[in-house]
Amino acid sequence: MAASESAQSAATITLEVFRYRPGQDDEPTFQRYDVPYQEDWVVLDALNHVKDHIDGTLTYRWSCRMGVCGSCGMMVNGDPKLTCAAFLRDYYPDAIRIEPLNYFPVIRDLVINMDDFLDKMSEVKTWLIPKEEKPVSEGEYLQTPAELAHYKQFSMCINCMLCYAACPVYGQHPNFIGPAAIALAQRYNLDSRDGAADDRADAIFSHEGIWECTFVGDCTRVCPKKVDPAGAIQQAKVEATKDWFRSVLVPWGNK
Amino acid sequence: MSVDAIETKSKEYIRPMPANWWMTKKTYVSFIVRELTCIFVGGYALFLLVLAARLEEPEAFAAWLNSPLLIILQIVALPMVLYHSITWINLTPKVMVVWRGEERVSPLVIAGANYVAWAILSIAIFYLVCI
Repeated sequence: MAASESAQSAATITLEVFRYRPGQDDEPTFQRYDVPYQEDWVVLDALNHVKDHIDGTLTYRWSCRMGVCGSCGMMVNGDPKLTCAAFLRDYYPDAIRIEPLNYFPVIRDLVINMDDFLDKMSEVKTWLIPKEEKPVSEGEYLQTPAELAHYKQFSMCINCMLCYAACPVYGQHPNFIGPAAIALAQRYNLDSRDGAADDRADAIFSHEGIWECTFVGDCTRVCPKKVDPAGAIQQAKVEATKDWFRSVLVPWGNK
Repeated sequence: MSVDAIETKSKEYIRPMPANWWMTKKTYVSFIVRELTCIFVGGYALFLLVLAARLEEPEAFAAWLNSPLLIILQIVALPMVLYHSITWINLTPKVMVVWRGEERVSPLVIAGANYVAWAILSIAIFYLVCI
């Protein structure tokens, strides 16, 4: 036990970390850090080791360490990952290249500017807007388990933005509303208590919305919460198409 | 003067998207391959239309069907169309959501139903044309 522990602590793994210091660097560089290799460490543990013991200037976001907060998303060997869930043992003994999430502007080192994503969430109104407001005295808005099942998968989103970093459409057309915002719009549109689908339609059913998506499907692959944003977008396309046919075939019916 | 009013913004770095972005990941490559197979799906549809236009003239019909260039087109188009159709059907469970109470109908059932429909239609067309 003691022998294997000391053997393990002697082993190291190399991180190649994207560095960008605004006002100091014009171009980003990669900096190499050798950190102790521990079988139960994740990439975030290794970054924390660098910050605490090697280089305190390294900047990155993290919070919960347990795949819930969605703060520590980074590109790990070119793939968007929650670094709290990416184990060193899956890369050892090769070096691990760590970059900020793709397609977002870099503020510093591994920290991206997420304003665009937050703007899109408010554009799409990713919150519950009840069909009719009722006073608290009238009690809760009730829902059956079957009604819950219809949107539950999409409600698991933690806003980590890995899906945006996986989406080449977003990379080429930054106006694209994007996977998570559309999946969240579906989450509320499919909620039996919500009545604001029409308010979301302009943002979602537009060219910058669902029709920009070419169904690459990588958003669904990288999602740490199995939300399936690619599925949400295609399902919204079916709904939009049905609406269009209804409006053409039955113009006198109000939907 | 209000301190809140001062906006500090440092220069952000925008990473350019490389022209070969689609070669950087397996999922991107298979997406591009799938997109490119449409050319052959469309090409084969055109071939069938020209063939249909010559139904009244058996010689022109046979000449079109047997010309070496078009035999090559069919040999190349067959795997492309198959790849396109199979990946298409495999994606249907993402698009078609069928609920049975609180449970979603299994993706295998939805894709399976599409394969069965494909087989039945193909056999029906085969009988119509050949018998």
